[in-house]
Amino acid sequence: MSEASAVHAHQFDDISQQHEASWNGMWVFLATEVMFFGGMFTGYTIYRYAYAQAFASASNHLDIVLGTINTAVLICSSFTMALSVRSAQLGLRKPIMIFLLLTMILGAVFLGIKFTEYYQKFDEHLVPGYDFSYEPSLARPAAIFFSFYFALTGVHALHMIIGIGLLTWLMVKAWRDRFSREYNTPVELVGLYWHFVDIIWIFLFPLLYLLGRHLG
Amino acid sequence: MNGHVTERRLHYLNVNYGVKSWLLTTDHKRIAWLYLISITFFFFIGGLFATLIRLELLTPQGDLVQSETYNKLFTMHGVTMVFFFLIPSIPAVLGNFLVPMMIGARDLAFPRLNLASWYIFIVGGFFTIAAAAAGGVDTGWTFYTPYSSIYSNTHVALTVIGIFTTGFSSILTGLNFIVTIHTMRAPGLTWFRLPLFIWAMYATSIIFILGTPVIAIALTLVALERLFHFGIFDPAYGGDPVLFQHLFWFYSHPAVYIMILPGMGVESELISCFTRKRVYGYRFVAFSSVAIAIIGFLVWGHHMFVAGQSVHAGMVFSLLSFLVAIPSAIKVFNWTATLYKGSVLLSAPMLYALGFIGLFTIGGLTGLFLATLAVDVHVHDTYFVIAHFHYIMVGGAVMAYLGGIHFWWPKMTGRIYPESWARIAALIIFIGFNLTFFPQFVLGYLGMPRRYHVYPPEFQVLNVMSTAGASILAVGYVLPLLYLIWSLRYGAIAAANPWRARGLEWQTASPPPTDNFELTPIVTEAAYAYEKEPEEVYVFGKPAHV
Amino acid sequence: MLGFPLFPEQASTMAGRVDALFYFLLAVSVFFASLICILIVTFAVKYRRRSEDERPPLIEGDLRLEVFWTVVPLGLTMIMFFWGAKLFFTTNYPPRDSLEINVVAKQWMWKAQHPEGRSEIDELHVPLGRPIKLILTSQDVIHDFFVPAFRVKKDVLPGRYTTVWFEATKAGEYHLFCAQYCGTQHSGMVGRIVVMDPARYESWLGGETAGVSMASAGEKIYQRLACNTCHLESGTGRGPSLVGLFGKKVQLQGGQSVTADESYIRESIVEPRAKIVAGYPPIMPTFKGLISEDGILQIIAYIKSLTHEGIQAKK
Repeated sequence: MSEASAVHAHQFDDISQQHEASWNGMWVFLATEVMFFGGMFTGYTIYRYAYAQAFASASNHLDIVLGTINTAVLICSSFTMALSVRSAQLGLRKPIMIFLLLTMILGAVFLGIKFTEYYQKFDEHLVPGYDFSYEPSLARPAAIFFSFYFALTGVHALHMIIGIGLLTWLMVKAWRDRFSREYNTPVELVGLYWHFVDIIWIFLFPLLYLLGRHLG
Repeated sequence: MNGHVTERRLHYLNVNYGVKSWLLTTDHKRIAWLYLISITFFFFIGGLFATLIRLELLTPQGDLVQSETYNKLFTMHGVTMVFFFLIPSIPAVLGNFLVPMMIGARDLAFPRLNLASWYIFIVGGFFTIAAAAAGGVDTGWTFYTPYSSIYSNTHVALTVIGIFTTGFSSILTGLNFIVTIHTMRAPGLTWFRLPLFIWAMYATSIIFILGTPVIAIALTLVALERLFHFGIFDPAYGGDPVLFQHLFWFYSHPAVYIMILPGMGVESELISCFTRKRVYGYRFVAFSSVAIAIIGFLVWGHHMFVAGQSVHAGMVFSLLSFLVAIPSAIKVFNWTATLYKGSVLLSAPMLYALGFIGLFTIGGLTGLFLATLAVDVHVHDTYFVIAHFHYIMVGGAVMAYLGGIHFWWPKMTGRIYPESWARIAALIIFIGFNLTFFPQFVLGYLGMPRRYHVYPPEFQVLNVMSTAGASILAVGYVLPLLYLIWSLRYGAIAAANPWRARGLEWQTASPPPTDNFELTPIVTEAAYAYEKEPEEVYVFGKPAHV
Repeated sequence: MLGFPLFPEQASTMAGRVDALFYFLLAVSVFFASLICILIVTFAVKYRRRSEDERPPLIEGDLRLEVFWTVVPLGLTMIMFFWGAKLFFTTNYPPRDSLEINVVAKQWMWKAQHPEGRSEIDELHVPLGRPIKLILTSQDVIHDFFVPAFRVKKDVLPGRYTTVWFEATKAGEYHLFCAQYCGTQHSGMVGRIVVMDPARYESWLGGETAGVSMASAGEKIYQRLACNTCHLESGTGRGPSLVGLFGKKVQLQGGQSVTADESYIRESIVEPRAKIVAGYPPIMPTFKGLISEDGILQIIAYIKSLTHEGIQAKK
C-alpha cells in the first residue's frame, strides 16, 4: 500500500498516528457540542415540566408538516453524506463530489424550510420581544417556549450553515483530487460532524414539535 | 552572515525573525510566548482594578469612586482575572510549552488549531476590553439574572460575547492536549510513567471540554434575553432566575478546578526536582487529579445553599463538596511526605512551591467551612468567601504559576534569572498576600458582605490592614516582571539542564530546537527517577516505532 | 478591647450553635494548617541540601499511610457534614408558632409588613424570645436578607417566596445587610433589626403607621377583583373553595399533588394554568400586573385567615 500519496504532518510519526489523532479530535469536539446543546435541552426540559399546558399549546403552533419534511430531508442528507464518505474510502473522485453536492442541496433545503417557518412565526406574532401575542393566561410560559424554540433551532441552523461551509471546503479538495483510499480523513470527519448535527435535530423535532399533539 | 558570531546554535527563538514568523507560527513554544505576553497584560489590568478597589476600601465611605464605578471595578476585576488570566495561565503558557516536550513529541497534535486558539483568545479579550472602554459592566463576574439580563444598564452583551469567544480558546486547548497525550507519547512512555504535570493537564482538559460549553450556552441565553427580550430567566415571563445560577455554576465550579489543577501539576514537578526524589504516592497524586476533575462536576450547588434550592439538594451538594476536598488533602500530604529525607534546595521556584502548600492548605481548609451547610449560611457572599478563593487562586494558582515560570525560564529563554531577587520577590509576595487576605476571613465572619462599596465603620481597621498588604503584594508582582525581562538580555546563559532535573524537557537544549529533540527519546523508567542518572532513564536515537 | 470587633455578637438561638460548629472547624483547620507548616519547615531545614552529590533514598510511597490520611480526613469531614446538615435542617424549618412577617425587597430598600398592619422601611422591629418567620420576595432582582448577629441569610427572589426564621435572644439593634449584589446601591441597601421585649413590641405595633391588618387589606382586594364569584365556599363554583386551603395538600390534574403554601397561591394568581386542581376546568384568568407583590401577600394573609372555625365564628 503506497503511503507516498499520503504525506503526514510533521508533528506525527506516521499517517496512522495522524489519522488516530484526527479521529480522537473530532470525537472530543463532538463531546463539547453535546454539552453545549445539553445546557439548552436541560433548561427546556425544566420549563416543559413546570408549564406543561402552555408548552403543549405553544408546540401546536409549530408547523408539523414542515417539521416532518425537514426531518426527512436531514435523514436523507445523512445518507448522501455517508455515500460520500464511502466514495472517498474507495477513492472515487466524481461520486464524492456528487454526493457532497446532494448533501449540500439537502442541507440548503432544510435551511430554506426553516427560515420559511421563522418568517411564518413573525407573521403570526409568535416571536418573543417582537410584538408577541398569545392567549393571556398562557402567554408568558408560551413566550418561554418560543424563546427556546428560536434559541435551539437557531443554534442548530448555525451548525448546519457551518456544516455546509465544511462541505464546500471538501468539495474544493475533492475537485483537486486530494482524496484517495489512503487519505480521506477530512471526509470521514466532516461526515461525523454532519451526522451529529442530524442527531441533534432528531432530538429537537419531537421535543419541540410533538408535545401534547392530538394528531388526526 | 554575521561575521563575529562564530557558531550560533539554531533553536526555536532564533530560527527565524520577524513579526510574521511569530504571528503565523505553529510552534507550540512560540504560541506559549504569545499567550505569556497576553495574559501578563491582562494580569496587570486586573491588578489595576484590584488596586482601585482596595484604595476605595480604605475608608468606609465611597469617596474615591462612585458606586456605579466601584461595581464595574469589581466586575471587571473578576472577569479579567478569571477568564483572561487564571484559566489560560498555566495551561496555555506552561502547558503549551511543556506538554509536547514532556511526552517526547515534536509539537501538539493540532498546531494550527493551537495558533487559532490564541487568536480566538485575543478576539475575546478585545471584545471585553472594548466593553470596558465603552463604560464597563457592573453585574459581577457571576452575571446573576435578572439583574444582568434585564436591569443592568451596562455593556453586558459585549462582555458576554468576549467571554463566550475566549471559551472557545479554552476548548481548543483542552482538545489539543487530550488528543496529544493520548496519541503522541514517546515509545515506552506509559500512563504511569507520565510526569504528574501531564496528569494534571489531562484532568484539566477534561474539564475544559465538558464544562466550558455549558457556560457558553448560559451566557448566550443571557445575551439573547438582553438583546431580543426572550423571557428565559425573567420572572415576569414565569422564567426562573435560579436556573441561570445552575447553568452558570455547573461550569464555574469546575472552572475553579481548571484554575488549580495545573498549579498542582507544577507543584509536583517543583517538589520532585528540589528534593531530588520521586513524588511520594505518585499513583495517588495522579488519581487525585482525575478524581478532582470528576467530583468537581458534581458540587456546583454549594454556591446556592441559600439561593432557594431545596434543603435536600443542599445536603447532597454539601456531602459531595466534602468528598472533593479529600483528593486535594491527599496531594498535600504526599507533597509534604516527598520532602522527608529529600535533598531540599530553597531556590526561588521551591519557595513558591512550599508557599503553595501552606497557602493552598489554608484555602482548602476554609473551603470546608463553606461546604458546611449551617456555617455557609452565615459566611456566604461575605468577605470570608473572597478570602477563601483568593487563598486558592492567588496563594495557590498564581504562586504555582510564578514558580513554574521561574523553574522553566532557563528552558524557555536560555537565560538564568537573578536568584536573589527572585527569592526576595517570593518572600515579599508571601508576606503581602497573607496581610491582604487573612484579615478578610475575620471581616467575613463579622458579616461584611461582598461587593460593598461602602461599609459600616467598625470594619475599617481590618480593611486598612488588607489594603496595606495589597500594596506590598503589588511590589512583589512588579519585581519579577522587571528582573525576568532584565534577564533576557543580561542573565547568565543557561545550560540544557541547570537544575539537573529528570523530566524529558530537560534532556534537550535550552532553548530547545524547533522540533524539541534532535533524536526521538525512548522512556525506560518512571517519572522523577532521581535515584538514577538521566542516561539510565532515557535512550535516544532509536527508531520511532518500537 | 482593640477598638474594633473581631467576632460578631450572638443575638439569636442559632448563633451560639453555628459558632460552636465554626470553632470545631477552626480547631481542625488550625491543627492541620499548623501540622503541614511545621512539617514543611522542619523537613526543609533538616533535609536541606548539603552537597550537590546527595542521593536521597528511593521512597515511592506506603499504602497504609495513604489509607490513613484518606480515612482520617474523610471521618473528620463527615462529622462536619452531619453536624452542619443537622443544624441547617433546623434553620430551614420554622417552628409552628412563629410570628410571620412579610418582607418585600426592591432596589434598594426593604419593606416589612407586620400582619397586624404596621409597616416599616429599612427596619424590622421584632419581639424578643419568639420565633419570627419572614416571608421574603423581591419586586425586581435577586436580593439577600442577611443579619450577621443572628447568623441567618436567605436570597430574596422575584417571582417566588423564600423564608427565613430566627428567634432573637438579646434586645438591641443589629445590622441588616443585602448580601446579593443587586445594582448600584447594593451596599446602601442596609437596615437595622430592632429587637424589643414583647411588651414594648406590642405597644410599638399600635404606633403611628399602623394600618389595617394584612388579612383585611387582602380581603378588600379579593372582593374588588370578585374572586368569590368563582371560588365559592362550597367548592361547587367554577374554582375550588379556598376555605381551609392554606397548608393543605391539593390534588392536581395529572395525578401529582402539591402543598398549598404561599408560593402555590402566588403562582395560582399569576400563572393559573401552571397547576390545575383536579376536577376543575383550566379557565382562571391571570392577574399578573393587576396586583402588586404587596397585594398578593395581603391576599395570602386573607386566605390564611379563611379557616372553617373562622367562617363559623363570623356566622
